[in-house]
Amino acid sequence: MMEVCNCIEPQWPADELLMKYQYISDFFIAVAYFSIPLELIYFVKKSAVFPYRWVLVQFGAFIVLCGATHLINLWTFTTHSRTVALVMTTAKVLTAVVSCATALMLVHIIPDLLSVKTRELFLKNKAAELDREMGLIRTQEETGRHVRMLTHEIRSTLDRHTILKTTLVELGRTLALEECALWMPTRTGLELQLSYTLRQQHPVEYTVPIQLPVINQVFGTSRAVKISPNSPVARLRPVSGKYLLGEVVAVRVPLLHLSNFQINDWPELSTKRYALMVLMLPSDSARQWHVHELELVEVVADQVAVALSHAAILEESMRARDLLMEQNVALDIARREAETAIRARNDFLAVMNHEMRTPMHAIIALSSLLQETELTPEQRLMVETVLKSSSLLATLMNDVLDLSRLEDGSLQLELGTFNLHTLFREVLNLIKPIAVIKKLPITLNLAPDLPEFVVGDEKRLMQIILNIVGNAVKFSKQGSISVTALVTKSDNRAPPDFFVVPTGSHFYLRVKVKDLGAGINPQDIPKLFTKFAQTQSLATRSSGGSGLGLAISKRFVNLMEGNIWIESEGVGKGCTAIFDVKLGISNESKQSGIPKVPANPQHVNFAGLKVLVMDENGVSRMVTKGLLVHLGCEVTTVSSNEECLRVVSHEHRVVFMDVCTPGAENYQIALRIHEKFTKRHQMTLLAALTGNTDKPTKEKCMSFGLDGVLLKPVSLDNMRNVLSDLLEHRVLYEAM
Amino acid sequence: MDAHVAQLQMQYRNYILSLYQQGFLDDQFTELKSLQDDGSPDFVAEVLSLFFDDCVKLVGNMARALDQTGTVDFCQVGANVHQLKGSSSSVGAKRVKGLCINFKELCEAKNYEGCVRCLQQVDIEYKTLKAKLQDMFNLEKQIVQAGGIVPQVDIN
Repeated sequence: MMEVCNCIEPQWPADELLMKYQYISDFFIAVAYFSIPLELIYFVKKSAVFPYRWVLVQFGAFIVLCGATHLINLWTFTTHSRTVALVMTTAKVLTAVVSCATALMLVHIIPDLLSVKTRELFLKNKAAELDREMGLIRTQEETGRHVRMLTHEIRSTLDRHTILKTTLVELGRTLALEECALWMPTRTGLELQLSYTLRQQHPVEYTVPIQLPVINQVFGTSRAVKISPNSPVARLRPVSGKYLLGEVVAVRVPLLHLSNFQINDWPELSTKRYALMVLMLPSDSARQWHVHELELVEVVADQVAVALSHAAILEESMRARDLLMEQNVALDIARREAETAIRARNDFLAVMNHEMRTPMHAIIALSSLLQETELTPEQRLMVETVLKSSSLLATLMNDVLDLSRLEDGSLQLELGTFNLHTLFREVLNLIKPIAVIKKLPITLNLAPDLPEFVVGDEKRLMQIILNIVGNAVKFSKQGSISVTALVTKSDNRAPPDFFVVPTGSHFYLRVKVKDLGAGINPQDIPKLFTKFAQTQSLATRSSGGSGLGLAISKRFVNLMEGNIWIESEGVGKGCTAIFDVKLGISNESKQSGIPKVPANPQHVNFAGLKVLVMDENGVSRMVTKGLLVHLGCEVTTVSSNEECLRVVSHEHRVVFMDVCTPGAENYQIALRIHEKFTKRHQMTLLAALTGNTDKPTKEKCMSFGLDGVLLKPVSLDNMRNVLSDLLEHRVLYEAM
Repeated sequence: MDAHVAQLQMQYRNYILSLYQQGFLDDQFTELKSLQDDGSPDFVAEVLSLFFDDCVKLVGNMARALDQTGTVDFCQVGANVHQLKGSSSSVGAKRVKGLCINFKELCEAKNYEGCVRCLQQVDIEYKTLKAKLQDMFNLEKQIVQAGGIVPQVDIN
């Protein structure tokens, strides 16, 4: 039986050509289909990244199966067996399955692939943007660097001209400018003057009124402003026609005063002064002003302002310093002149003191002696006149000398204890003769609580009282004079910073001298106490006096820590002179005359006082022994250190040691004696006799434990005082 | 007799004053005189004789020290000068003391020529003083013998 074959039998043999072509095409299709995956695999293997391997496999399978199908098709053109048909069918089925699967898969994959593409595009854009920004940052950084460099250049000098010149040069260089100019305001402030330019060496004296609109525009803002190249400030050179002028920018530069130099805050004052900086790009370059360049210009302008202020400050301080130096020199010269003058005056006074007093004394003494002899009345009169005149002259000299010494501050009060009541009575006795002649009764009132014995400068106090009372008598033609002395407790008349407080050992004596005489014009009162000034009236002139009295009295009163003033109600109404002085209260009921020390050391009885004298020099030893024996001491003498140590015992109250022989041996003795007697209560007193009592010697003595230092040769009084002080106070360091 | 005493006293006073004015004596001598009292009537004479003996001894030492051939021990000379200075200042021998001060400086400067010269001056000076004081004592003796008392001379 013939098998039924399902294959299609060829209808007509003429289609053999067609069959042949089909055959060939199928073959080629198969080949292509087989080679495509190979190619794919090859290229994918070559490339590093391909995410869709699975897809590839699928696709490969699909292609391969298609190819297989077409290949198997080749066999179906001729009669073929059932196996071939079966294989063909299987292949076709498989192919169908895979193709569908692939088709389904592609639905997912193709959008992904497409999105990859978009992402790629996006990233490309981003990269381009970043590139742009990088470019921008780099430019800014460049600008910043330029600014820093410029600033550094500008601020590296404190000279105004250099600053400005450097600014222009550096700006010109950094920005490649054609021209750069600086206009400064003139003194009047009404015009701007071309002060500095970059290219032109000697700029013409070119001014522009400051009220131009373009200038106002620039001054109105702190930013750099583009201005027209034809504006007056920008037209610096004669313009030739063919140039296309480059763009011009102008910026204001604040000129700060020294006083408004604040770091972060430029106050917007309308009275500010500005300079104008004009920058021109090269002509014919078609360059434009970029934003970062404008920023650079603004920053530079600010820096220049600061640098200029610094320069101004420096100039100012240098000027001040020069002025001060000049003044110093002048002051120095003046001081030296003053010193020379003072020295000259002191020399003069010293001469006057001695040279003039001697003849003066001679004159006065001899005139007095002459008065004692037998004289005719005319001669007596003449001698009296001579005496009076010379007394006056002597007084004048003394006064002038006293005053100079007072002014120098070299006058010291000679303090002593004296009887205050007696003093007043003495003064009155001195004045009474004159007062009686002028028929002016004088009364003295002493307050009951006035101390009798006081400590102060007796002579000078008397001088003061005498002067005041004398003045009262001199300038009164009638009336009475009253002198009151009291202890003052509080004072409401003296200047407010003068508080009168009686302390334990001091009190303030107030003396009031009231007269009913000529009186003084209150306006003249301040002049009274100045030297050599006199009131005008003839009456006063005739009574003599140099006008120094009150001045001297005032100085003495001030030295006594007091105050003096005069009250008067006017001419013809009399006046009252009042003064306060500080006096010490004395505990003594008798005059002992020992200065300053409140507790007077009595003469210590030295009888039988055992003293040891150590001196290598025989003569000195003998003299010192003689001194001490004269004072009543029992003296033992030794002539060497060793002997001294051997002989010294606790019976010796004082040991005098000569320490002026060279060598420190002597001081060691002091230590050894101290060692010997440390256990005793009654320490032996050690005193050194030496040739010099300068500070190092004294310090050395103190460091070795000596109680006193004496300068050789010692006088009797000194020895007496030293001994009593030593025994009383146990320590003495005398400056002799 | 009184006139003679007065004259002697006047002579004595003038002599003493001249000694002070010529710088032979200074205040220390006055002090010394004030120490003389009934308890020690010859105090001044004793001190002065001791002083002049000292002078002789010290000058001799110094002459010997300076005579040394070879190196002169200026320290030794200086020590002696120091002693002499102390003595002379104790009795009030003004000129001798002044010379001693110069001498000391020369010793410290180790000036041989200067030292020798200074020593000679010291020698002359103390001998002169000795002679003058001897005259003074003689005058005192004369006054006492004539029945008067030696006056206290106030220098100022």
